[in-house]
Order: sequence, then structure tokens, then C-alpha cells
Amino acid sequence: MELRRRGFIKLTGAGLAASTLGALGFGPSGEALAAAVRPFKLAATTETRNTCSYCAVACGILVYSAGDRAKNAKSNIIHIEGDPDHPVNRGTLCPKGSALLDVVHAPTRLEQPKYRAPGSNEFKPVSWDFALDRIARLMKHDRDANFIARNANGATVNRWLTTGMLAASASSTETAYLTWKTVRSMGMLIFDNQARV
Amino acid sequence: MTNTWQDIKNANVVLCMGGNAAEAHPCGFKWVIEAKIENRAKVIVVDPRFTRTASVADVYAPIRPGTDIAFLSGVIRLLLEKGAIQREYVRAYTNAGLIVREDFGFEEGLFTGYDEQGGSYDKSSWHYEVDDQGYAKVDDTWQHPRCVINLLRQHVDRYTPEMVSRICGTPQDKYLEVCELIASTAAPDKALTNLFALGWAQHSVGSQNIRTMAIVQLLLGNIGVAGGGMNALRGHSNIQGLTDVGLMSNLMPGYMTLPNDAETNFEQYMQTRQYKPLRPGQTSYWQNYRSFFVSFQKAIYGDAARADNDWAYDWLPKLDNDGYDILRAFEMMAKGEINGYICQGFNPLQSFPDRGKIRRALGNLKFLVVMDPLDTETSRFWQDFGPQNPSDPAKIQTEVFQLPTTCFAEENGSLINSARWMQWHWKATDGPGEARSDIWIMTGIFHRMREMYRKEGGAFPDPILNLSWNYTDPISPDPEELAKDMNGYTFTDLNDASGAVVLRAGQLLDNFGQLRDDGTTSSGCWIFTGCYTEKGNQMARRDASDPREQGIAPNWGWAWPANRRIMYNRASADPAGNPWNPAKPLIRWNGSHWVGIDVPDYGPTTKPSDGVGPFIMNTEGLGRLFALDQMVEGPFPEHYEPFESPVPNVLHPKVESNPVARVFADDRAAFGTASDFPYVATTYRLTEHFHVWTKHGRMNSILQPEEFVEIGETLAKEKGIEQGGWVRLTSKRGVVVCKAYVTKRIRPLTVNGGSTHVIGVPIHWGFTGQARKGYGANTLTPSVGDANSQTPEFKAFLVNIEKTRPPEPENAANA
Amino acid sequence: MPDLQSQDYIRRSASTLTPPSIRNHEQEVAKLIDVSRCIGCKACQSACMEWNDLRSEVGRFQGSYDNPMDLDPSTWTLMRFTEWENEQGNLEWLIRKDGCMHCEDPGCLKACPAPGAIVQYANGIVDFISANCIGCGYCIKGCPFDIPRINPVDRKSYKCTLCSDRVTAGLEPACVKACPTGAIMFGTKTDMTRWAGERIADLNSRGFQNAGLYDPPGVGGTHVMYVLHHADRPSLYAGLPDAPRISPLVGAWKGLFKPLALAGIAAAALAGFFHWVVVGRNEVQPEDDAEAQRLMRDSGEPK
Repeated sequence: MELRRRGFIKLTGAGLAASTLGALGFGPSGEALAAAVRPFKLAATTETRNTCSYCAVACGILVYSAGDRAKNAKSNIIHIEGDPDHPVNRGTLCPKGSALLDVVHAPTRLEQPKYRAPGSNEFKPVSWDFALDRIARLMKHDRDANFIARNANGATVNRWLTTGMLAASASSTETAYLTWKTVRSMGMLIFDNQARV
Repeated sequence: MTNTWQDIKNANVVLCMGGNAAEAHPCGFKWVIEAKIENRAKVIVVDPRFTRTASVADVYAPIRPGTDIAFLSGVIRLLLEKGAIQREYVRAYTNAGLIVREDFGFEEGLFTGYDEQGGSYDKSSWHYEVDDQGYAKVDDTWQHPRCVINLLRQHVDRYTPEMVSRICGTPQDKYLEVCELIASTAAPDKALTNLFALGWAQHSVGSQNIRTMAIVQLLLGNIGVAGGGMNALRGHSNIQGLTDVGLMSNLMPGYMTLPNDAETNFEQYMQTRQYKPLRPGQTSYWQNYRSFFVSFQKAIYGDAARADNDWAYDWLPKLDNDGYDILRAFEMMAKGEINGYICQGFNPLQSFPDRGKIRRALGNLKFLVVMDPLDTETSRFWQDFGPQNPSDPAKIQTEVFQLPTTCFAEENGSLINSARWMQWHWKATDGPGEARSDIWIMTGIFHRMREMYRKEGGAFPDPILNLSWNYTDPISPDPEELAKDMNGYTFTDLNDASGAVVLRAGQLLDNFGQLRDDGTTSSGCWIFTGCYTEKGNQMARRDASDPREQGIAPNWGWAWPANRRIMYNRASADPAGNPWNPAKPLIRWNGSHWVGIDVPDYGPTTKPSDGVGPFIMNTEGLGRLFALDQMVEGPFPEHYEPFESPVPNVLHPKVESNPVARVFADDRAAFGTASDFPYVATTYRLTEHFHVWTKHGRMNSILQPEEFVEIGETLAKEKGIEQGGWVRLTSKRGVVVCKAYVTKRIRPLTVNGGSTHVIGVPIHWGFTGQARKGYGANTLTPSVGDANSQTPEFKAFLVNIEKTRPPEPENAANA
Repeated sequence: MPDLQSQDYIRRSASTLTPPSIRNHEQEVAKLIDVSRCIGCKACQSACMEWNDLRSEVGRFQGSYDNPMDLDPSTWTLMRFTEWENEQGNLEWLIRKDGCMHCEDPGCLKACPAPGAIVQYANGIVDFISANCIGCGYCIKGCPFDIPRINPVDRKSYKCTLCSDRVTAGLEPACVKACPTGAIMFGTKTDMTRWAGERIADLNSRGFQNAGLYDPPGVGGTHVMYVLHHADRPSLYAGLPDAPRISPLVGAWKGLFKPLALAGIAAAALAGFFHWVVVGRNEVQPEDDAEAQRLMRDSGEPK
């Protein structure tokens, strides 16, 4: 219904009619009470316990997704709020935690691997196999070319100094462990995380 | 944090300095408000700006960025002068009475042993006098002129209230008001907690900032007690976990350290890590270093780590310096010495100092791999985004891979919070599109490389080929299996003292005391042992019960080490084992055992009369007012100016700044001086944003849409800058054009007789996401780090500011 | 959606029928905003947007932390920041969460000419029933706190519902739950008033002699109350009215409207006059008659 300002007279007209009808005894059904509160939107959602991914207060959060995990339903996160049982945040969340939903569903969430060729002005979508094959090849090539097995004194040092890595600060501890294993087994020493910044 | 978030409610005084807890950690800050309401606590804020934390404080004192050591050294001076220390605690639990070597000294800003050429110290004089058995000499009467407390008194004597005010710009009356409140917690039943973060860390003297406060807390008897401690509020959800697992340039899991070139074999490596007590009868976890190390090598190399190959010691890469930290890495990259770089959930173009240098450096790479849930600036460093990211892609030969990852809501796993709690979380849904977990991606790269090494051979493939990978799904290992790996297993039956079998071969270990150095146990991270036992995933526990309601919640998740919630809690009781504060006890000696609401940080049956110190990580068992050789700048903290400072160092003009900070030549050339850049700038977070992630979210972008800087009214008037008007902020390294917030919350400080203006620079803006495009604070910041940790000096540097016209598109938009 | 079973309305706009109100043995609720505990983090704003599925536009920085700059149809609550130097020369940063006060005597409801567009439940919540809203803007004029905002797209008026959907389901409002420092509390009005008393005593002991509760009698008290450190000067807090009351114009209008409407005489003309007074002149177009007919059908005239 398009209503503009100039519609005032007609609207009061409508108001008049309705209140008059009510007063004349047409009763509430005639008047269409239409006064329900909004339906509670979490009624049959699935609740998952999680931890806020921002600072290290590590507030407990409850993630609500539409869908009951039935095979034919693609679940979708519709709401996130604080876990009232959590001893630290006790259900509260800061402005960032309260807004987690918009980062989960950010328009700039990445959905497919992309590749930018040397000198190119664009990213092109590629398959996971292309990306991982190419990365592994580049890494092996660099490692084989530059690995230092022994230093000038002849001591075994087994290090690789021409490829480095920055590890995440919001990935799980388990991810961190797997990352340490793989990267250090290659001899990589240029390896750091967010702790310094 | 030594204590828990909820424990803050037990404090009598809360000092927010070196951090802005209300804005950066709002939900943790609730416990400060709780302390105010339930415990009648007083809240102090010492900050260059009147922050949202200050808005609920009882006392606010301004301070010039980069002068916290002077401020706190002045506090120490006053505490000692007035005798406002918890004397019994200091005598029994700190090294106050230990006698320092005669050749130790301090003169004109330098401690003994300085080598000007190398820019480092020979630290041999920074030590105790020892007796024939190698134990430190003690004078418990504190009469000896060279006992630690007397040297400390002498060292801080220069930091008079006048001097503090002259250096820091803090008005003396405010400073003394703060001192008085701090001193009030010297009483045994009173506690002060301090909440700090990068406001102390991001300085060229960052670690010493924190140490100065640790000295204050030891003198007040506030370490190890309820409502006390040293509480570093860590900034990222799992930055504690990543540090614990050793994802840092010099670390291995559980704070073991990587070997260096000099440690050519395992025995040499162990020799330097051997625990040698400096007082009789002391104990330490580190006595078991060999067990931790061998168990770790068994965890990652399995059967390939054997006694006859020194547990594959040679397979660990050896360091030829103190570590390839981020500043060194980008220095190497800028020089073209690095070919490949992987950024896993990390956005260095926005996070590291001197953005121009970072952009140039990334362009020198042959390949860059970015794994992230979001479209980061780093992954698009090569693309031209106008003045916010000028670039000529045709000239950049870097191959770039942008790999989409899942986020917290889309995976299982644990995160470790600031209070060392390991909390398991559960996946709510799948990631979008083709997004994959970091575990899947790292495994994918690793398996491909291993296959190539298997087929083609190549440089030293042994550690790659032999890396243990016994996961049910080798393509995407289950986080639960990885967690069990870290917890560790026994390969043989384990018996207790009576010979009864405690654990069968193949079972998960209960605690790190069960680790062996003979290859019969494994543990991927010894401090985590106990987090995932035969009783199940302890990190998934969700029992919020809290004995005495004192903020421990021992059955919620699991805290390393050993589910201990308050570090050094032995110090909460007096030498005889009775709580200093009977109203808020943590543990006490019941005649045969240590009992209480927390797991004792002490031998559970070690008698008080045994004389074991409460700080069992230290070789003398005592809290260190004098740090021996543990800090690179000296055993006592000393005020050094930031590398860019508006004033000379009035204490010792010849040694202006940290004499042992590592500065690369090109970075030094990019330092500005006060004549060109007369104002002090400091960078920080706003509470509405988390770094540069949340600008990808609509709600956060609504709440803080656009880049701005904060300046005081006096400076704005001098410069003709209007409220909300456009300004051009410059440092020696770059330019930011943005809007100005003219505020009463920053006032000029009187420093060394002159007026110093501070400009605040929030950090959140870049060129991807929903918020308006911005230049980013790191366009301005200098590339120099704390001498101990290499944390960049983001909190104190020099800039100039001028009023400017709106940028062109703005003019068009306004027309 | 017709809701005939709630039976707990105590007021209904522009309505002469007695609303179903038998279920009135309900305790009144209140939200207490303790300004002295507020850190201005805007968690309440996030939580409000998130729960209510509201997103306004990404705005500009305009020289303060107030973002968006004002309430709007998608911004039902807003932190307003005031830098104030007190008599001792110390700075105070007064931060107030603005939004609907849920007045006991709601000016919006009294001014509203659309039947059932604004209701008040027995628990005290004043709710906009948007299906009935005609977008006239009288609620804005009637509100002593300048809260409701008209969405130019759908011509409906919007404001905080006190999360009536959550409260009905037994939960606290979204902003209350989120608030990190407990600056926003929710409960019965009796409990909130008692708790405010304790807070005021604490503030008194910290040197705020004029601390007090803001529960203005001019609107019969409110179901959103403030603890203020300077209760003697509410207007310090970004212009919180010192002594709010419903505009006398609204009183006059209500006094006249009902008898006139019942008599069925010239109500539209009077309303038109009133609209001209408060909003400005409207041009009546020829198609208005037809649309009025349609609206009357839509508004529930028996068929």
C-alpha cells in the first residue's frame, strides 16, 4: 500500500469510520484488532553452543540456525546471542559479538578459490585442485632450491628461509597444532602469529 | 592473565593502564563494574585519552604515550618511601633480600655490560652473588646494600613526583591521587588488579612496561591472590592458543624453544634448558623438559622418533638468530629474500607497521597464499584502489591465491581465552559455497607435497615423509583426534606407586606428570595434558558451578596447566599456609594437603616448612623484583623515550631510546623528528570494530562507518580544524586523509615545560568491506619493535596534522 | 494477524471499544538504564538491529560517536554521547541510550488517529501495530521524547517494541540481554525501582549528590527509566527532557475527537485542521476519495 503525506484526509476518514463502527457495536472482529506481538523467531530453530571469534574474553554464544538438521533442509544461521550459562559473559555480548551474524553472512565472505596470475589485473575462480596443486608445486620448488641442510660450520640445521607463514589468531587450537606440524616438518622458520600485533 | 575474568570482581582497586578494557573487552569489563558495585572497588584509568573506560572510572589521569615506565617507577618509589608494601609477602615471596653481584651497576641510562657496537648487553653481572653450592646469597633483614630491594630503591630514586609529571605530563595532583589508591592495596586483605593490553605491549619498551607493573604488584602482595594478578587482556579469540602451541618464530608447543645453530645435538640442547635451582629445595615443571620434549617428538614423528636418533632432534629446524619475527620477515621480503608467503587468517597489509613498506615487500614475492573467510586487503594488495591502495598490477609479478575458509560457526574445535581456558565449540552449519576448513587446506597442501617428495625426492624429505598422520580421515583430520594428540597417550601400562595400573597402553594421559623421557608417552603440547582424557573431552564441560562464588568455575571447560585457574595461588596464603585474606581464600594448608577452591600451583603435599617458593617457574622460587638476565634491556625497568618522541630523554639525554632495540637501517631512515612532525600519535581499537574484520559486517559499519582521528580542542583551534572536518595526517612514512573528531577528551599535556598534543588514530579502515574506504593507521606507524618481543611501536610515534579539503569524490557527492 | 486472545490490552489508539483486557493481573515491567554503568559500547544497538532484523544505511562520520546520527525507522535505539566539563573542571562523558520510554501515559497513543495502531499491554509495553498504522506522524508530535520515526518507503511509524516478542516468550529484551556491563536491566517495575535506589545510594557515596531516578511523572512514569548521576539536570544527557509531558495540543485533540467521531460529524475536517497545524498543509487530490473507500474496506468494514 503506497501512502504519501497527502493521504491524510482519507486516512483520518478511515480512522473515523473504524472507530465509529466499533462504537456502534460491530465489535472487535469487525475492527480487526491486528494487535499481535511479532511471532517469536527462534521457536523451532537449532541451537548450537559456540565461542565468539573476536577477543579473548571468549564469550559463550548460542548460534540459532533455521532448519532441524533434516537431510533435505540446508540450515542457515539466523541469529546469535550470548550463552546465559557462560561464567564470564553470562549471556551478554559486546557490539561486535551481537553483530556476529553480519560477518558470518558478509557479502565479502569468500566462496570459491581464486587465482591472480603474475601481472594480471583480476582474480579468476579456480578449482581447489588447481590451487592446491599449484601451491604445493611452488612450495616444493622453492624448498628444494633453497633448503639449508648444513650451515657454514657444517652443523646440521635443516632450515628453509625463503618461504614463510603467518598463522591465524582465530583458528582453533587443533588447527594450530596441525599447522605447526606441517610447517615445521618442512623446516620453515619464518613462522609467526598475531601475538606480536 | 594470571587470574580469571570473573575474579576481577574480587578487586578493591582496578587499574586500567596500558589498555582500554571497556572498549576492547566490554564483556570482561563487566567484572570491573561488578567490583565497583559488589566490592565497593575504585577504578583508575591512566590513558592518553579520556576513553569509554574513563567514563565509568573514579579517577582519570592523562599520560603521554610511551612514558608508563616513568609513571610506574614513580609509584614504586612512593611505595618504598612510604613503606606501603606488604612486607611479609615481599620478604618471603620475592627476591627482595637476595644479594646482587658487586659488579652490577647502572649509569647514564645503561646497565653494566653494554656493547655499543653490537647494541646488546653482556649480562653476566646481572646476577646474584652465589655461594659454593651455586645458591644465591640472601639477607632477609634487607640491610645489605646490594640486596635487591635496596638496589631497586636506589634505581627508582630519580622518579620523583616532579620528574614523573615532567616526563609523563600527568598533573601531579592526579598522579598522587592514583598513587594513594594503589598504595591502599598493600594491606594483606586488599588486592589491586591491573588490566592491560597492547597499550603496554606496543612500545619499544613494551615488555618492560609490563615488568614495571609486575614489580608494583609484587611489592603490594597482589600476585597469586583473588582480585589481584597481572592481567594481560589478550586481543584475539585464540591468540593464547596459538602462542601455547608455539606458532611463533622461536617456539615449540608448550613454550619449549626451538634449538639454535650452537646446539648441534640433543644433549647440548638439553644442557641449556636444564633446570638449576638457585635456592635450596626449589622445584619446577621445567625439571621435566626432557620428558616434554621427547613426548612431543613422539607425538609428531611416532615410531620415527627413537632413542637412537635422538628422538629425531635433527629434524627440527635450527635458528641462526633470535627468531624470524614479523618485522624481520618483512625486512627480508622488502629486500627480495623471500619467495613465498602464506597468510592464514591474517591481514598483514593492515596489521604491520609502515604499510608502504609492507605493500612493496608483498610485491617482491613470487607467490602469496591467503586463507581467509573474508576478502582481505592483503589478498588484493596488487590491485589499484586509488589513494588507499595505489598500485600498478602490471608491474607486480606475484602469483596470488585467495582460498576461502570456514569460520568459527562452521567448525568444531577449541579456543583458549585470555585466562587460559580451553573451551570446545561446535559447528552450527556448513560454510558458504566451496569454503573449506584450515585443517582441510593445510592437509591438502601437505599431502600434495609429501606425494611429490615420495615420487620425486628432493631436499631432506625425511621429516615430511615421516610426519605422523594416524587420523581416521587423513584428508580432513577430526579436531577431536587432534585434541587427543595434543593431550597425549601412553604406549605402555602406567602404574602408580603401589603398582596398580592407572592407565593401559594406548590410553589417554591424565596429567603431564605422567610424561616420560623414554619414548613410552606422547604429547603434542604438554601443558594441555589432561584436556582430553579417558573421561572424555574436558574442554567440552559446561558446568558453571562456582564454589564460594569467587569466580573460579572449575568445571567449565578446562584451563591449562592442570585445570588451574589462578596462577601462583600458593602466594594467596602466608608462609604458614593461611590465606592472607580470609574472606577470599584460594588455597590453604590443612596440615597434610593444600586444599581450596582452585588446583594448587604447588606440590599438593609440599609442607609450608619445606621452604619451597611459590613462584615455581623461577629457579629461586621467588617473584623477581630484579629480573636477572631475563630481559634484554636490564634487570630493572628504565624509562626510554619512544623512537619518535617530541622531547629528549631528560634522565639521560645520551641514551634516548631503548639501547638494545633492533632497528633495520631502512626503518631508521624512515623515523621522523619533532621539528617536522610535532605531535604524538597513538593507535587503538574502537569498541564497535574488531580490527579490520568487522568492517565486512553491515551492523558494525553502521555503528562506526568511516575513518577519523581524534584531536583536542586546543590543537584544533590552533590548526583551524572544524568538528568533523577533513584533515591530512602525515608521518615520515605516509599520509592519511580522513575526518577529525575534535574532542574535550584529549587535552594538551605539559611535558618538560612545553605543551604536547596527542592525536588518536583508530585502526579499523581499509579498502574492502562495507564501511567506507580508509587509509589505515599503519600507513603512519614506525617499523620498530619491543626489544624482547618485537611487538611494533604502534602506541607512540610522531605526526603532523593539517586541515584539508574534502577529497574529490566527496566534493562531487556534496555538490 | 488478528489476535483476539491476548486480552491484556489496557489502551488502544483512536478506539472507543473497550479492548479485551480481562487478563490484567500482570506485573508491570520496566527497563532500567543505569547511565553510570554504561560504557557506550553500542551492544544494545547491535542487539536491537540483529534481533529485530533492522539495518539502516552505512552513514558518515560526523564528529561524534553517535552513529547513526539520529533515530530512524531502522534505528530504534541509539547511544548519545555528551562531553561535559563539570564544576570541578573534570570531564564527564555522559552516554545515554535513547529510545522509546514506554510511558505509562503514552502521548503517541493518545495522539494516534488510527484505531489500534498503538496499543499498551497490561505489562506497560507500548507497541506499534504497524498493519494499522496510517503514517500520519501524529505519534511523533505526541511523543514528549521525539522517538517514533516514519519510514518514507512504507509510510509506517516505527520505534522500540521493548522486544514485546521476546518478553511474551519469557525473555528479556535483546538490548538488556546483550548489555556487557549490566547498565540495562529488566524486570518488574517494582524491582527496577528498588534496584535503582541501591544504585543511587552507591552514586551518592561516590560524590554524586544529585544522583537519582528518572521516571517522569508528567507522562505518568515510564517503563524505561534512567539512573542519572545528575538527576537534577536530565537535559545534560543529550537533551533528555527535564520535565516531559504530553503536548496540550494532543490533549485538546483527544478531548474533541472522540465526541465528534461518535457523532460522525466533520471529523475529517477537524483532523485535517489538526494535521495542518502539526505537519503542514496537504493537498487533497481527486483520487483520494477512491482510496479512502478502499482503506475503509481494508480497515475492516463488514462485508
